[in-house]
Amino acid sequence: MPEFPTTFIRRRLALLAPLLGVSLAITACSAPGSEQTPTGDSDTPVSTELGTDPITLEMYAETGFPLAKALADEFTKQHPNVTFNIREDQFTVITENAPRVLASDNAPDIIRLPTMVDLVKDGLLKNLDPYFDAYGWDKFPASSLVQLRLTEGGAERGSGSLYGMGLGYSVTGVFYNKKQAQQIGMTQPPATIAEFEELLAKAKATNLQPIMQFNKNTAGINFPHQALQNHFGDPTQIADWIFQKQGATFDTPAALKATQTIQKWAQAGYFPKDANAIDYTAMMGEFQKGNGLFMFNGDWESANLDKNMAGEVGFFLFPGETADAKRVAMSAPNTFGVGARGKNADAAVFFLNWAHTNEKAREIAVQIGGSHPGGPADLPLPAVNEGTVLAETLKASQQLGADNGAVDFTANATGGIFASAITPEMQKLIAGQQTPEGYVKAVQAEYEKELSR
Amino acid sequence: MTSALGSAPAGSGITPRSGGGNPDQPVRPHRKRWGRTARWIGWLWVLPALIMYGFFVLRPLAMTVQYSLYRWNGIGPARWVGFENYLTVFTDRDLLKIITNAFVLIIFFSFIPVLLGLLVASLVRRITTGPGGTLVRTVLFLPQVIPLVAAGIAWSWMLSSSGLVNQAMRAVGLDALTRSWLGEFTTALPAVGVIGTWVMLGLCTILLVTGMSKIDPSLYEAARMDGAGPIREFFAVTLPSLRQEIGVCLTVTIIAALASFDIVYISTSGGPGIQTTVPGLEIYRLAFSQRQVGLASALGVVLMLLVVLCVLPIQRLTRGEKA
Repeated sequence: MPEFPTTFIRRRLALLAPLLGVSLAITACSAPGSEQTPTGDSDTPVSTELGTDPITLEMYAETGFPLAKALADEFTKQHPNVTFNIREDQFTVITENAPRVLASDNAPDIIRLPTMVDLVKDGLLKNLDPYFDAYGWDKFPASSLVQLRLTEGGAERGSGSLYGMGLGYSVTGVFYNKKQAQQIGMTQPPATIAEFEELLAKAKATNLQPIMQFNKNTAGINFPHQALQNHFGDPTQIADWIFQKQGATFDTPAALKATQTIQKWAQAGYFPKDANAIDYTAMMGEFQKGNGLFMFNGDWESANLDKNMAGEVGFFLFPGETADAKRVAMSAPNTFGVGARGKNADAAVFFLNWAHTNEKAREIAVQIGGSHPGGPADLPLPAVNEGTVLAETLKASQQLGADNGAVDFTANATGGIFASAITPEMQKLIAGQQTPEGYVKAVQAEYEKELSR
Repeated sequence: MTSALGSAPAGSGITPRSGGGNPDQPVRPHRKRWGRTARWIGWLWVLPALIMYGFFVLRPLAMTVQYSLYRWNGIGPARWVGFENYLTVFTDRDLLKIITNAFVLIIFFSFIPVLLGLLVASLVRRITTGPGGTLVRTVLFLPQVIPLVAAGIAWSWMLSSSGLVNQAMRAVGLDALTRSWLGEFTTALPAVGVIGTWVMLGLCTILLVTGMSKIDPSLYEAARMDGAGPIREFFAVTLPSLRQEIGVCLTVTIIAALASFDIVYISTSGGPGIQTTVPGLEIYRLAFSQRQVGLASALGVVLMLLVVLCVLPIQRLTRGEKA
């Protein structure tokens, strides 16, 4: 009996070995991947006419953010020859899928984009410079598009050719529960960081949860961290780091001071004790239940909060160290790009331009997206109801624009920085497993590791 | 497409020979030839499956080995780096910690379920043969039927700071011990392990109960006649007879521990820090979010070798003396 299994296995192996060998031989002939060169399509002629031929635009959008779908529906209403085929996924899933989807034969025409650097390096995104001239986007505030520019081959962000447009331009800040604010005697938003910290202490003393913030899956405490970092130093330092400019570093006194402050807040119990077990959805649920005086988040939640907590929520931009400090905040376009391998680039860009300039589209961007619609500086903003969060976030967005204080998110610096450094290290920091010095160094180390690839 | 691939050679292999076997030919050579064919005909029958296996298992395996020797982002040009990715796997402190996490999970996914399973199986052995047997078996096996994702979600609710576990502890006055089990550094990995124990316990118990029912009752009689008590009986009769079943339990659960993904991804996403990150999760992250396909493949190959290294000795130990 013992002979049988061994001979059987041996025989089986004898057959499998050549199979494995053949498969190895087939695959080993060539290195994986293709020698794609970035498509230098910035010289090809473009059209700003939509025409009347039936067109189906392939769109890849984000689940849970109904703006793209709403805009698509309105566009089809105005231009019946254009229909949309919309595929939706969660943002993290899009981030993971984008390169392969864009490289496939049925690449989307319009796609919600994560970080663009790698995609441009691989030549998967359409260079929008010719459209910039054709549509006259020089009338848009230049600062609104700066985050969407990349130099040749994707080496640096923040300058060079245009590779995307925003369907809404988001701003972040602090939402607060008006009832609880009243309870601790807060009559107007804090004017300085010191005032903000006083309010935190008062809330803690009154047995309120001072800040409701998520830190599971992805580090939500990076919102308050960067809000502090924006004000503790020169924000261009942060922008340079995010744009991967030569010599830029995260290891700055401003970042260290911000990290120390976060550590101090964590130790004082200003964040939920189990923040590392609260994810984004749970945070929204808790805040809407009235658990939490402050919440660091973005205007994409304005419409939602106006619906679920009507009249109970306020919003302010995070203050600086002095009352007259320049307003700075994380603000980024909800980036959409045009796939280089998509078949209807002209129509796709026509749609993006329409979303910025059409009156009805701008109204949808504000009402449904909750964000500034962007577009030409001289176009009026759609009217919103006074006393809503939406009105406050929109005002904040304008103030920020006036101060030219928009900074991208540090989480967007590289494709992997959020998942592989900021999130785990921030979770360690607030649990007392990492020092502020160690945090700053660990984030910079991962950044360098990624850029060296 | 695969069936076409599979049937074409099979058909062409058989038809000419059976056509050649016409009644004019002498009988003996025909039989001889048919006998030789018969040996091969078996292989022809498995050919479709073999082609599938080669295409969907061996080919990806070979490709993974190949990718592991390159630095590649999954799209652009790849660069040959030899064994550099493997060097990274064995020297990177985070990656080593992640591999260690998987081995800690073996305690919860394998050892505890098997030990508990033995205990539970001995206790319920008599019940399962009675009228309520089906019910007992169903209840025990239920965790195996529930999708791991659902189990992960349910358990992350129960283990949250306001969840059932902490409510129960507060009810009996253990307020001081309540915590966010999945959110704290010291408790996250054991908490994930407990979920694994829950899932695996049913499988182990059912396998062991089935094994016990096959043991010859005369062995127990003989043991009792020799004056053995229930404990002695267990170690002298039950345990040795269950050698193979224990082997299967250990093999299946150790593979589940080392290759775990679903439970971890749902309950903690590998956090806090990298406290509960396991190789399966890291391979997925490296390949799809950090786009280091080479390093991810290298870690995948190492994980496969680790599984083989852990499982082979168990196979030898539990099967070796059987003959």
